[in-house]
Amino acid sequence: MNALSDVKDQANSPATGSQPPAAAVASAPSPSRLPARTYLAIPAATLFALALHWLVSRKELPAETEIYFQFLGLVLGASVVISVIQPFWTALRKWMKEMSPVIAAAVLVLSVGEFVTAGLRLLELSWLNAPPMPYFPSPAGVLLSLVSDRALIFDSTWHSLLLLTEGYLLGVATGVTSGICIGWFPAARYWGMPLMKLVGPIPATALIPLAMVLSPSTKFSAMGLIALAVWFPVTMLTASGISNTRASYLDVAKTLGANRSYLIFRVAIPAAMPNIFVGLFMGLSASFLTLVVAETVGVKSGLGWYVSWASGWAEYGKVYAALVIMSAFFSTIMTVLFKVRDRVLVWQKGTIKW
Amino acid sequence: MVSAPAAHTTVEGSSLSVREVSKAFPTPNHAELRTQALDAVSLSVNAGELISLLGPSGCGKSTLLRLISGLDHPDSGELWVGNEPITGPSAERGLVFQDPNLFPWLTVRRNIEAGLVARGLLHEKRGEVDDFMRLVGLAEFANAFPHHLSGGMAQRVALARALINHPKVLLLDEPLGALDAFTRMRMQDEVLRLWEARGTTMLFVTHDIDEAIYMSDRIVLMTPRPGLIERIIDVTLDRPRQRSSQEFLRLRGDILELLHFSGHP
Repeated sequence: MNALSDVKDQANSPATGSQPPAAAVASAPSPSRLPARTYLAIPAATLFALALHWLVSRKELPAETEIYFQFLGLVLGASVVISVIQPFWTALRKWMKEMSPVIAAAVLVLSVGEFVTAGLRLLELSWLNAPPMPYFPSPAGVLLSLVSDRALIFDSTWHSLLLLTEGYLLGVATGVTSGICIGWFPAARYWGMPLMKLVGPIPATALIPLAMVLSPSTKFSAMGLIALAVWFPVTMLTASGISNTRASYLDVAKTLGANRSYLIFRVAIPAAMPNIFVGLFMGLSASFLTLVVAETVGVKSGLGWYVSWASGWAEYGKVYAALVIMSAFFSTIMTVLFKVRDRVLVWQKGTIKW
Repeated sequence: MVSAPAAHTTVEGSSLSVREVSKAFPTPNHAELRTQALDAVSLSVNAGELISLLGPSGCGKSTLLRLISGLDHPDSGELWVGNEPITGPSAERGLVFQDPNLFPWLTVRRNIEAGLVARGLLHEKRGEVDDFMRLVGLAEFANAFPHHLSGGMAQRVALARALINHPKVLLLDEPLGALDAFTRMRMQDEVLRLWEARGTTMLFVTHDIDEAIYMSDRIVLMTPRPGLIERIIDVTLDRPRQRSSQEFLRLRGDILELLHFSGHP
């Protein structure tokens, strides 16, 4: 009888009664050695790109060739250094195992680009419709444009960042506030929802002509438009998150002595956080679109303006260079938002260990 | 040792009085019809007593608990805690559900602190949080999030969270209903230990006859449609109770018979 109860006690004691976190079980020990194909992939791809460039770039501008050789040489050098030191650095080895194939593929994609532009032009394969020079510069040409016009591109990126940040933060602040009000207070819902339903679905870009007339400065109106584009999805998702707070959480909080501000700020808002972040992501995509359109048609700075300005001068190398920077710029901002979400919603992801 | 509140080291609990309370709900799909969940129910509970509300589903035991918690209001009748009428939810009356309903965005420690934060007392009473985490055996899980906890552990956190406010009455709505049989028996002892240590008045909703006999001073047998108190049974067995003793089994037989002859399934 005693023995029996002892076993039962142990089986249910706090220390053993828990389930181990899945993450702790899943992480396998990292391999102490990488297969050769993993750490040689990038150097091999880069050597191939160098060889191809040497073959096809004879008729391209010497300045392009020079900078592209430098670039590929840098990649080759870095990849060789990394391959040599990776046996002594576990974190680097893990990173290589993860990233090596995709980086090698990116280098090969550059080679494909090089072949269909400079390569086909060199071979004069007119029956293949070799892309004409001004519209389709080779990767080397794009790189040269990027490097030579870096001051203006950097300045444009900076202006885009400022405008985007102002508009996005304004949109998030108003969206979260109005979403909380609409989600919590029935009166705000009654009066706010019709407005939302009428104004929200209008694409912010459709209001550009109006905004340019209404506001003294294009910067200011562009900021307002970005904020409007962000406001709608953030409000909708926040409101639905707040109003769908599990009633039992609110009941429990009330029996713990919660007042209304506790119920809103410490129950409803945290419970709505996953929803709010969906709204933040939707708003971010909308803000990118609105930013670029506003810069293209009105604002006289930023990456959107730069792209249309460069294409106006038929400098397509600069257009592609700006697109490359735009991609890196937007993708970095997305990554930042993902990191913020992972941190705020750590309770949901379940990766934390104790 | 007798099964009396006198066995407590302290009595934090308060008496509870339910007077002629009725509550009806609209019937789904028939707005004009109303289902009588409770029909003029009266019940008087002594300070520090542990009472089980036992009965089939639909007999109004959960409704009664929600009325005592103040989350719902009766159509007629009065509810009193000590000398004060119940008008709304209060930290004096803790509530634990079958689903622990821990706030998933808070760690175990912050869940337990929630009642202190809500009442603005965290600063003065921070030390008590550790006591309560030890009391329910969760000290080393302080920084774990609820989704890492097993059902029994989560329910212990829910108990600690309710008890940190030192409620005069603790309302438990089938708190062990979702647990497996072994965890369940262990948790019954755990609840009894907490009850004996604090002397909180407890109302325990269950549909498990063994659980009701094992734990309670009195069993309130309820019948459905309309919700009525069929009978109140005094459980005079000595504590700690033996689940397989003759008296235990005899009482179990009596209750089964009573439920059977009461004519309600």
